Amino acid sequence: MPAVTVDHITKTYGTKKSIVTALDDVSFHVEQGELFGIIGPDGAGKTSLFRILTTLLLADKGNAVVDGNDVVKDYRSIRNKVGYMPGKFSLYPDLSIEENLAFFATIFNTTVSENYHLIKDIYEQIAPFKDRRAGKLSGGMKQKLALCCALIHKPTVLFLDEPTTGVDAVSRKEFWIMLKGLKQQGITILVSTPYMDEASRCDRVALIQGGKILQINTPEGITQQFGRKLFAVKSANMLDLLHQLKSINGVQDAYPFGEFHHVVLKEGVDNITMPPNTVSKEVKPDIEDCFIALMKNNG
Amino acid sequence: MRTLKFILQKEFRQIFRDPAIIRMIFLLPVIQLIILPMAADYEIKNIQLAVADHDHSTYSRQLINKITASGYFKLVDYGNSYRQSFGEIEKDRADLILEIPQQFEKQLVREDASTLFIAVNAINGVKGGLGSAYLRSIIQDYNREVRMQWIQFPKFSPEPTIEITSSNWFNPLMNYKFFMVPGILVLLLTMIGVNLTAINIVREKEIGTIEQINVTPIKKYHFILGKLIPFWILGLVVMTLGFVVARVVYGIIPVGSFATIYIFAAVYLLAVLGLGLLISTYAATQQQSMLISFFIMMIFILMGGLYTSIDSMPEWAQWITRFNPVSYFIEVMRMVVLKGSGLADIKQQLLIISGFAVVLNAWAIYSYRKRS
Repeated sequence: MPAVTVDHITKTYGTKKSIVTALDDVSFHVEQGELFGIIGPDGAGKTSLFRILTTLLLADKGNAVVDGNDVVKDYRSIRNKVGYMPGKFSLYPDLSIEENLAFFATIFNTTVSENYHLIKDIYEQIAPFKDRRAGKLSGGMKQKLALCCALIHKPTVLFLDEPTTGVDAVSRKEFWIMLKGLKQQGITILVSTPYMDEASRCDRVALIQGGKILQINTPEGITQQFGRKLFAVKSANMLDLLHQLKSINGVQDAYPFGEFHHVVLKEGVDNITMPPNTVSKEVKPDIEDCFIALMKNNG
Repeated sequence: MRTLKFILQKEFRQIFRDPAIIRMIFLLPVIQLIILPMAADYEIKNIQLAVADHDHSTYSRQLINKITASGYFKLVDYGNSYRQSFGEIEKDRADLILEIPQQFEKQLVREDASTLFIAVNAINGVKGGLGSAYLRSIIQDYNREVRMQWIQFPKFSPEPTIEITSSNWFNPLMNYKFFMVPGILVLLLTMIGVNLTAINIVREKEIGTIEQINVTPIKKYHFILGKLIPFWILGLVVMTLGFVVARVVYGIIPVGSFATIYIFAAVYLLAVLGLGLLISTYAATQQQSMLISFFIMMIFILMGGLYTSIDSMPEWAQWITRFNPVSYFIEVMRMVVLKGSGLADIKQQLLIISGFAVVLNAWAIYSYRKRS
């Protein structure tokens, strides 16, 4: 039985005149113990999806099942066994680390010591500050505390909504290592992120844009499906180069990518003559290349 | 039950950790109870009087002496031209002009009649109205004295006279503080109940903790009770504090029993907290909730019968006051504190307030459900 099944979920906001479709006929499923990434830019519908799955929001159409419970009918049992960490820090700023953790443990009818093994690795990092009020913590510490609070009742499924947004590069790396550790304890994790480079750390990812799922696959599977040649090109005048590249026959798309431009060739084209005075090399596509290609195909 | 215990523990911890709330709950009521009743005096004193005396006779001087001796008036200008006195009103130095005509004394003696002219600065309506009424009664009094001097009393008075004496029941000295302090206490209780509850819940919305709470097994009624009970207790504590201040500073000891007041207050607080809860379901930010409760409090205070008597309002306004819980509590407070009414006497008010409590809380819970 999959840990999470999403079946044709549609959610719109607003009234007749200005309807925004946040989720458009979204379906996927997440296996037990999987680390599943939902990757898409801001406004793609990630938070709406999480709020529906954590019973905070009702979908217009479709249904979803989390750990064997329907999100509408059995919302009470879902609330007992999922952990949710919203994108915005939402613990009590006037309570200390220890008090916040103890409060969330007690309202789930458990104690901190009962499930301490789950949070031990994370909690030890913030334990020296346990008497400090949550509002006075740094961004990285707040995030660790929020994760501890979401984990303290031993959830079967953990929902993390953009946990790494606004966190520095080192803390982001640490955070993904923590998630790997949790996955080993058998917890199913759904994590959303706008950062494409984090996709490779998930078991499977769903690329989402404008409320629609573009593709669901393993990170490797997604890059393998790219199916076209990709070059990284660089020259002294990057802006002119971009125009030149776009006008070459056999080029499907060219876009800036870090210090290089990425050039996607049309299907079946193996090579092109690069403009003079350029450095070019063939590169392997990554998730971002795939996302851009998928976005342009659908748009 | 266990869950509720932990929620309450958390709420009290948060309340006592916030120095602003502590000050608002314990310090402000005491300060207000000490300052407001002293300042909010119903009696109008220090009315600035300008006299334009064209007569300069013994009678006119006697009249002016009598007026200033009453203690209500301060003679700021004494002259012999109306124009000059009117200048004083224009400069806002005088509230009233009394013009004494030429030949005032002669007319009074010869023709048994004379006229006086009173001009009132009506910018401050209450002061002007009361001032001219005081002045008129002093002049009437003076008139009677003058007549008494002239009338030769026969053995049996040909004119029957009725003399009126009055005694003030329940507040024999007409001490307006006995009247104000219980009323102000009610307002304080209402403000704390409505504002603190509304702000507290809206704050959870603002910082997003309500979402976090919603994904836990906490039930709605746990959450709501967890919010209401602490403020219900705090409200009763503030009232106790208020009675201590009333006792120590003003020497007010309720004639009736404290039990009656506390029973009514307990029900009243439920109604007021329900109102706070209701505001919180409609407001998304603390500013919104502050503005809504401020607007409601204004109406509650001005139409509660503390500053203006409900009986003197137009009938439609009296109807509005029937939907104002504050007016019932002020009435009950006065009945119990001054008259010593018991539970049986305030039965009707108690029933109405219970109705308020049920309706407001039911409405709040209904709209809280719909919105989440």
